[in-house]
Amino acid sequence: MAEGIQAAPAPQAQPTSWAGRFFDSDVWASFKRSKLTMAAAFLTAVFMAAAVLAGVLSPQDPFDPAQLELMNSRLPPLWNAEGQAPFMLGTDEQGRDILSAILYGLRISLAVGFLGVAFSATLGIALGLIAGYVGGTVDAFIMRVADVQLTFPAILIALLVDGVVKAVLGGQLDEMMTLSVLVFSIGLSFWVQYARTVRGSVMVEKNKDYIAAARLIGLPAPVIMFRHVLPNVLGPVLVIATINLALAIITEATLSFLGTGMPETMPSLGTLIRIGNNYLFSGEWWIVAFPGIALALLVLAINLLGDWLRDALNPRLR
Amino acid sequence: MTERSYVEVNDLRRVFDVSKPWLNRVLEGGEKQYLKAVDGVSFSIAKGETFALVGESGSGKSTVARMVVGLLPPTSGEVMIDGVSMSSHAALGERQRLRRRIQMIFQDPYASLNPRWQVDRIVAEPIRAFRLIESEKAITDRVGELLSLVGLHPADGRKYPHEFSGGQRQRIAIARALASNAEFIVCDEPTSALDVSVQAQILNLMRDLQDRLGLTYLFISHNLAVVRHMASRIGVMYLGRIVEISNGRELFSQPKHPYTRMLLDAVPDVGMTGRQRIPVKGEIPNPISPPSGCTFNPRCPFANDRCRTEVPPLLGGVACHAIHEGRLAIDAAA
Repeated sequence: MAEGIQAAPAPQAQPTSWAGRFFDSDVWASFKRSKLTMAAAFLTAVFMAAAVLAGVLSPQDPFDPAQLELMNSRLPPLWNAEGQAPFMLGTDEQGRDILSAILYGLRISLAVGFLGVAFSATLGIALGLIAGYVGGTVDAFIMRVADVQLTFPAILIALLVDGVVKAVLGGQLDEMMTLSVLVFSIGLSFWVQYARTVRGSVMVEKNKDYIAAARLIGLPAPVIMFRHVLPNVLGPVLVIATINLALAIITEATLSFLGTGMPETMPSLGTLIRIGNNYLFSGEWWIVAFPGIALALLVLAINLLGDWLRDALNPRLR
Repeated sequence: MTERSYVEVNDLRRVFDVSKPWLNRVLEGGEKQYLKAVDGVSFSIAKGETFALVGESGSGKSTVARMVVGLLPPTSGEVMIDGVSMSSHAALGERQRLRRRIQMIFQDPYASLNPRWQVDRIVAEPIRAFRLIESEKAITDRVGELLSLVGLHPADGRKYPHEFSGGQRQRIAIARALASNAEFIVCDEPTSALDVSVQAQILNLMRDLQDRLGLTYLFISHNLAVVRHMASRIGVMYLGRIVEISNGRELFSQPKHPYTRMLLDAVPDVGMTGRQRIPVKGEIPNPISPPSGCTFNPRCPFANDRCRTEVPPLLGGVACHAIHEGRLAIDAAA
């Protein structure tokens, strides 16, 4: 049985490694064409590097009260006449260096963003996969819950979940618990979009013959869902996840700004903006401006990346 | 037939509920609607034989194929393969063992291979699912062997399906069907999505494999030329029923049922130039409200009152009152 029925030509050498195929792809080509996208990617990379290296880069640990001096409170930025040496972007009312607080705050904002997206994507993908593949009553139930949730704004759901969880847990929560509650409430408010997208793709894929071929050899439904269906529906999810990363960061900032998010002892960008907001009318503009600019740039860069990814992966726009 | 048949299909029926949703029915009125896709089909296939089902679109051929392999549960009736029933729950364990021996080749080679998987993983999946070979090295060897068996290069296994043409993809699908050492392969229009030149290659490959490995085929097609090339026995389907079953050559030399004659007359043939033809009259009726009696009666030039009221049984390989009554002679000269 070793010899073929007709001699087939030896296949040509192809880049087979993952990286090789990526640099060969249309997506990479479209990335190189767009200067704006490259700038956005660069900016995002800078923000992420800054968040990761916050401990090395910042002159002060803003979460450590022992390092804060009230003498240094409300100092203007360095280029101002009253500015002082290590505090490049000035300090807040507790003598906290704004630059350090932004770097550490970025870390929290990005962590909440990434974890929130991971949580909502996992939840949404799993529910969408089950709804689309199983169909019938299960599908109807999951999608009606999704429809109801869609009638509320995401921020309202996040506030609601945040409030309920905090009431259930009770008492004073430490910073890490607050962060987990934030991730949980953001995750619960964003799963619908993933579920609807995944369900739609699953309903297309499940009727294709490669699924029938897998059913034919008796594979159980969960195996077919994860091995065969899931890899074929993840394309659109990547785009939603990127755009939702920006949304999750904004939601966290909003919650913190409203006072239900990160506490002042461990401020995120949103908390810093809320603190700064109190001093805006007394002329200390730097406390609110610099965290605000950082947040706006971060969200803008991620959004630009998401827009590009959506177009690059859309076959109709190529 | 003297030998015990390998596949036995008894009075297979499948009804689809095509009613509007409940709320629409309540608000707009209207009954539940059912579509009889397959309405009492029986046939048997001997080991090593190719049995073909032909018929127009919507005649229920593919539904029969899906029920035979167990992808679709029948509404009633039974499929027995090598003495094991595909539908009863009692035979669950045996059915699981039988699954290894039944495979299917699908119509659209662009949809039947997972686009995210490399070819060697696709071909190896049945081997891994049935735990036929344990060591990874042996699986790789076996996949290479299968790929060369269907005329591909073993190194092609590293590629993805989109790097292949339609004919090559169908070869991969055949390799996957053979991976579990299947004996019975259901082919649902395996060549209708392919170029004519490639069709012949795939059909010859399938015949060659049948000779080498002793495969049994259930071959679904609407293409009479393909069926003539492949089948040892042929069943002609019309609106969910088999109207004629006969041996391959006989069907083409001595078609009995008026529908078969109409189909054969519609095939362009240089030798038939100048001969009087029965033109193809009308279209296949709506299967939700099929005609009473013999479902072919509105299109049949020989239909009488009995044809319009009474369903003809399949006797002597044909389901037609006119033949049974001797009103219509079997035309040997056709």
